[in-house]
Amino acid sequence: MALYSDKVMDHFRNPRNVGVIEDADGVGEVGNAKCGDIMKMYLKIEDDIIKDVKFETFGCGSAIASSSMATELIKGQPVSEAMKLTNKAVAEALDGLPDYKMHCSVLAEEAIRSALADYEKKKENDEAVQKEENS
Amino acid sequence: MIYADNAATTKMSSAALSVMTELMKDTWGNPSSLYGFGQKAKEALEGARETVAAAIGADVREIIFTSGGSEADNQAIRTAAYTGASNGKKHIISSAFEHHAVLHTLKRLEEEGFEVTLLDVHKDGLVRPEELEAAIRDDTCLVTIMYANNEIGTIQPIKEIGEICRKHKIIFHTDAVQAIGHIPVNVINDNIDMLSASAHKFHGPKGVGFLYAKKGIKLRNLIEGGAQERGRRAGTENVPGICAMAKALEEAVSKIDGYGKKLSAGRDRLISGLKEVPHSAVNGDEKRRLPGNVNFCFEGIEGESLLLLLDDKGIQASSGSACTSGSLDPSHVLLAIGRVHDVAHGSLRLSIGEDISDEDIEYIIKSVRETVEYLRSFSPIWRDLEAGVKEHIL
Repeated sequence: MALYSDKVMDHFRNPRNVGVIEDADGVGEVGNAKCGDIMKMYLKIEDDIIKDVKFETFGCGSAIASSSMATELIKGQPVSEAMKLTNKAVAEALDGLPDYKMHCSVLAEEAIRSALADYEKKKENDEAVQKEENS
Repeated sequence: MIYADNAATTKMSSAALSVMTELMKDTWGNPSSLYGFGQKAKEALEGARETVAAAIGADVREIIFTSGGSEADNQAIRTAAYTGASNGKKHIISSAFEHHAVLHTLKRLEEEGFEVTLLDVHKDGLVRPEELEAAIRDDTCLVTIMYANNEIGTIQPIKEIGEICRKHKIIFHTDAVQAIGHIPVNVINDNIDMLSASAHKFHGPKGVGFLYAKKGIKLRNLIEGGAQERGRRAGTENVPGICAMAKALEEAVSKIDGYGKKLSAGRDRLISGLKEVPHSAVNGDEKRRLPGNVNFCFEGIEGESLLLLLDDKGIQASSGSACTSGSLDPSHVLLAIGRVHDVAHGSLRLSIGEDISDEDIEYIIKSVRETVEYLRSFSPIWRDLEAGVKEHIL
């Protein structure tokens, strides 16, 4: 039996949405080098729809595959839907992960949440600035 | 396929394989049976004992067969510990980067009231004999230091350690699982009292090994039962496995000089080729290491993804990253030589075998370089390092 499902290996070998968005509307980074996994997500959002998403990951095969799958699951989705992404959904979409690798899917969920939180914060700031300017 | 994981296990030699199958087919009697057919198996068994003893300079009565290196380590350590305890000595000296068969046994003994001192192995992965001597106490009953490390291949100053132990009348055990059949080992020259070995590391079968215990050491049984192995290890002997081990060992020892030179040359070429990867470092002393062992850390990448991509390129290797061990911490060996977690996760062990060609070596260098570069291309750590947000460690 192979270590990973074919789906995991496919997303590991050919990761989708790899890279950076320079003028991202939301950026999130989770994990730490000490534990051996870091994920960074970049979001481009227009009218509350995720128009583009890119990731960078330092980590094992399942960390890379989980990042790739998570970006696929939220691309084109409204922010409100993306907020609902769970690690379970990521793992299921990958046809499962070994038990001791489930934390990789948790990290992917957290990375997306963190990028969305960054977007919300920026949006609030922008709105506050806008208000101030208007008044 | 380029198999570069010989420290994990080796391919069985064809001579050992034929000894094994012949015994299984034709000499399957029980060596404890008195009739001729059983005694034929007994003869084969004792012949194997002679071969094994001769290969390490021991007496035939000093060898007992076990299920492998771990069992031999457990039995050797517990024997010395309990013998020491009966004389009021409950202190053991070992090193920080032993195999878990040693470290976990020592942990258990600590729970039983023994005290353990683990010597530093320094950046170069070598125990310092003077530090060992300084650690010796009146109640030290055992020194157990591996012959060569299983991850970084560094060869310990065994002869000097043995001399110190002899001077202080302390039992010296060495886990020689990685060394036997790869570099010359002689228990008399090296002042060794007990030694553990495992067949599958030198082209023998899995599930068989041996323990050398110098005359005068009364082994304590781990497995009680029949009177096999002169009462020191019960259970009907694995005659085919043991005889195949003896054949493989005889063959390996006879080839040590020639293969050693070839493998050292390959190792040195791999090291010089991989050093060209920016922000990489060799783990352990470059020369005082096993002929086939290469171990590197590459900054900004993680070992498991490197292994999977190398496997796709037909190269089988190993890593000390946490993800390959199923725990959160990277290899205790890399941490023991002072590698911080961040870079220890990006380690690669290549342990090459005799059948490797010069082309294979060049292919490995090229593949590792390409793969490290690819993984760095989307590593957020690498981005920060290159942008100067974080400082390079290597």
